[in-house]
Amino acid sequence: MTMNNQGRPTSPTLVDNRPEGETISGSRGLLQAEPLIFETDRWNQTGVDLPEPKRTRSRLGDLRRKAEVSLPGLSEPETVRHYVRLSQRNYAIDLGFFPLGSCTMKHNPRLNERMARLPGFADIHPLQPQSTVQGALQLIDELAGWLKTLTGMPAVAMSPKAGAHGELCGMLAIRRALEVRGELATRKRVLVPASAHGTNPATAIQCGFTVDEIEAAPDGRVDMDDLRQKLAVTDDIAGIMLTNPNTCGLFERDIREIADLIHAAGGYFYCDGANFNAIVGRVRPGDLGVDAMHINLHKTFSTPHGGGGPGSGPTVLSDALAPYAPVPFVERDEDGQYQLIEDDRRESRDSFGRMVAFHGQMGMFVRALTYMLSHGADGLKRVAEDSVLNANYVQARLKAVMTPAFDGYCMHEALFSDAFVADGIETIDIAKALIDEGYHPMTMYFPLVVHGAMLVEPTETESKAELDRFCEAMAGIARRAAEGDMSLKTAPVHAPLRRLDETRAARKPILKWERPEPESEQLAAAE
Amino acid sequence: MRYLPLTEADRAEMLATIGAERVDDFFGDVPEAARLPGPIDGLPNHQGELAVERHLSNLGVRNRTANEGRFFVGCGAYKHHVPATVDHIIQRSEFLTTYTPYQPEIAQGTLHSLFEFQTQVAELTAMDVANASMYDGSTSCAEAALMACRVTRRRKVVLSGGLHPHYAAATRLLCEAQGIEVVSLPPAIDGELDLAAAVDGDTACVIGQSPNVFGTVTDLSPVADAAHAQKALLVSVFTEAVSLAMVPPPGEMGADIAAGEGQSIGNSLNFGGPYVGLFAASQKLMRQMPGRLCGETVDADGKRGFVLTLSTREQHIRRDKATSNICTNSGLCALAFTAHMTLLGGVGLKRLAELNHDAACALADALETVPGVEILTPRFFNEFAFKTPVNAEAVLAMLEERGVLGGVRASRLLPAGTMDDVIIAAATECTTPDDISAYADALKEIV
Repeated sequence: MTMNNQGRPTSPTLVDNRPEGETISGSRGLLQAEPLIFETDRWNQTGVDLPEPKRTRSRLGDLRRKAEVSLPGLSEPETVRHYVRLSQRNYAIDLGFFPLGSCTMKHNPRLNERMARLPGFADIHPLQPQSTVQGALQLIDELAGWLKTLTGMPAVAMSPKAGAHGELCGMLAIRRALEVRGELATRKRVLVPASAHGTNPATAIQCGFTVDEIEAAPDGRVDMDDLRQKLAVTDDIAGIMLTNPNTCGLFERDIREIADLIHAAGGYFYCDGANFNAIVGRVRPGDLGVDAMHINLHKTFSTPHGGGGPGSGPTVLSDALAPYAPVPFVERDEDGQYQLIEDDRRESRDSFGRMVAFHGQMGMFVRALTYMLSHGADGLKRVAEDSVLNANYVQARLKAVMTPAFDGYCMHEALFSDAFVADGIETIDIAKALIDEGYHPMTMYFPLVVHGAMLVEPTETESKAELDRFCEAMAGIARRAAEGDMSLKTAPVHAPLRRLDETRAARKPILKWERPEPESEQLAAAE
Repeated sequence: MRYLPLTEADRAEMLATIGAERVDDFFGDVPEAARLPGPIDGLPNHQGELAVERHLSNLGVRNRTANEGRFFVGCGAYKHHVPATVDHIIQRSEFLTTYTPYQPEIAQGTLHSLFEFQTQVAELTAMDVANASMYDGSTSCAEAALMACRVTRRRKVVLSGGLHPHYAAATRLLCEAQGIEVVSLPPAIDGELDLAAAVDGDTACVIGQSPNVFGTVTDLSPVADAAHAQKALLVSVFTEAVSLAMVPPPGEMGADIAAGEGQSIGNSLNFGGPYVGLFAASQKLMRQMPGRLCGETVDADGKRGFVLTLSTREQHIRRDKATSNICTNSGLCALAFTAHMTLLGGVGLKRLAELNHDAACALADALETVPGVEILTPRFFNEFAFKTPVNAEAVLAMLEERGVLGGVRASRLLPAGTMDDVIIAAATECTTPDDISAYADALKEIV
């Protein structure tokens, strides 16, 4: 049975009545039609050659799965083709400019990948005897050293699995510190700016805190008057969660004062480190009064995003929070041996506990250290400078045709509002039009404090020529948007699919493939 | 510097366009005291590929890999063979270097494969719906506990004595942060069914594991019945995904939520991460699930396509009302899982499971011949606990000297002084008959 790219069987009827422009095969030149694996005839097959099991005896008792796992098994050539065809429906950094604000879509060096695949890192077990993994423990220790030095912080927890998990780590450390102070029951309020990433309030709630939103000032920074007002009462303050540079792409110029105010109120300063790329090697968060900050290795330190993960979120901690760091952690003893401290009932008595099985994202650690060694202290400083230069260049080139959300220089991302856009056109139309021009859209509708926000983060790994091409395309779209060109509403037209109906997906969710109804099976059999 | 395309001429020209004199101008908001005069002290400067590769390689060779010598370490991470195709697929630029599929028109590759992943996970666990992955099995387990509390509006969670202690710790941590009571049953090799007696009218969920951390396979159906009688949920945990082709999967035991580790399929050991958390639930709990979900829809031309859906559960929309704070998940590890599963199919997975079971049975047979060794796990898949005549830590150290990584001592995971004489050993399709006899011979010498 053959399928077209809608996953429906092709039949003479369909061929005759195919919509204008659709091919018989469903393929379009290099873009090959590809059904779901479940729509192939590879049921009860396998693409892996395994020896015949002996099945001489069973030690399962009489416990057995009842219904066999019913999944198709594709041969190796079919599998390779399936995924290569799918891959060609994806945009990627390796294909083009990916200016997704807040996400730091920089080049992912291939040396990182090669190093992470060394058997000495990829093929070692987390519970092997420590004497057999001294190189791995040393690597974790070295990476921890880089992170501490780059941030000017005395301690780092390596086990968090991603940015939001790092936030959890920092907030749990704050929670534990308050507990030790005997103030956990009273100090529940966490201040979070309105411009924050959604993970910040979600994390605070997950740690049992309440969220008190601080307004943004007209200049895109924390409204200091509102902050002082929120701190009129201090005995219930647990802390603040603040992104810096913030999600508007701006450095919080009052950050020292914010830190002092929070500390004076008896709270702690959590800094969301998602935007560390803007300041790495140039500014140390430890000099800004930060108590905890996660670092997205998959942003600043170039580990690949992989279509949604995995990430890694080591979290640096100040002296005030360091005693409460989670287990496990690595220490070096007098003999130069590395020890993995796993037991929170021994040396690390104050630890808030264990966040996750094993020791963190080793595969990402290898990639990040490889990247750091490649760049070095001088190169990382350049990373921050070029990322900020690129963003300011984009802002400067586009400010005549778009509306920068705030005056003045930006840090590593340029933020625009939709004020320049004619009635009837929306930010999403501009985003989708960029797809037709061969670009991944910028982040849209975030941060929430700017109407119709468009957040462009070029990163340092883009050339001037690439930025120039992008700015020309973007300016053209902006002009169309300003003129009210309603054809923008139909974009994209050059992507593998047109706009997708998200409402329909949510109304009656179809979250897995189901066997077709018997009727259609009969139809298929009749062909 | 090889990753930075801007030239000095570019920089000068760009500064001129911007109207800035130097790049320092952009950092004007940084407090004076926090401005560094030059590169940060105490770190080396940039290096070429060769030098970096040499440094990393020197660290790598100081670790003993699972392929060197005899290897029987499990307890939540397993040495399996991953077909070469899988690594090729996940290194495709278009999968490796893309972001979360928030722009579905240009992310159908990721979304299509996620839809297949969710279908495979739902089938493997025999559950109705699966999400697009969590960080790992332990965080999946913790999120399942929180979800059960949301669903039942109750504030008590009961953990079995066979739940992987790291999973128990991660779950306890998150629950207690929210004031949820956590009851842990004492460590027990064959105690999963004790959960049935521990459930009461305040219980949100009971969390049992099969195969459990000692390898014990249990039919949790009686626990499901006891939980459901009290309007509580059963969370069924697994750390060895391959086992589900043979042992009763969560859905067949009446589980409401399945949470487990998918590393065994498609993913390397990686010293503990990245792995891929599997999370599945019954249909009626779908809207309370954490994490991303991929769903089917159509585009403006009526063509089938896939999108991330039900995102009103998630932090980027719902903020402080979200079902979880998770954002980044384990996308590429999920791709590795689904690619390996696509090669295996149900038939291949079952055969793989049988090979694992064969190997573990052969290992148990061989170790049982060693005087003083007693197999403690009554029913197992590819892993079991056994009692040694002397301290397990000493035994493992002596085995290591003989080239055998003999497993994990239970006391590494359990409270001090618990099961000091117990080793948990795993065998997989990678284990050879030679490995097994070498293990038995070495153990005989030691005890």
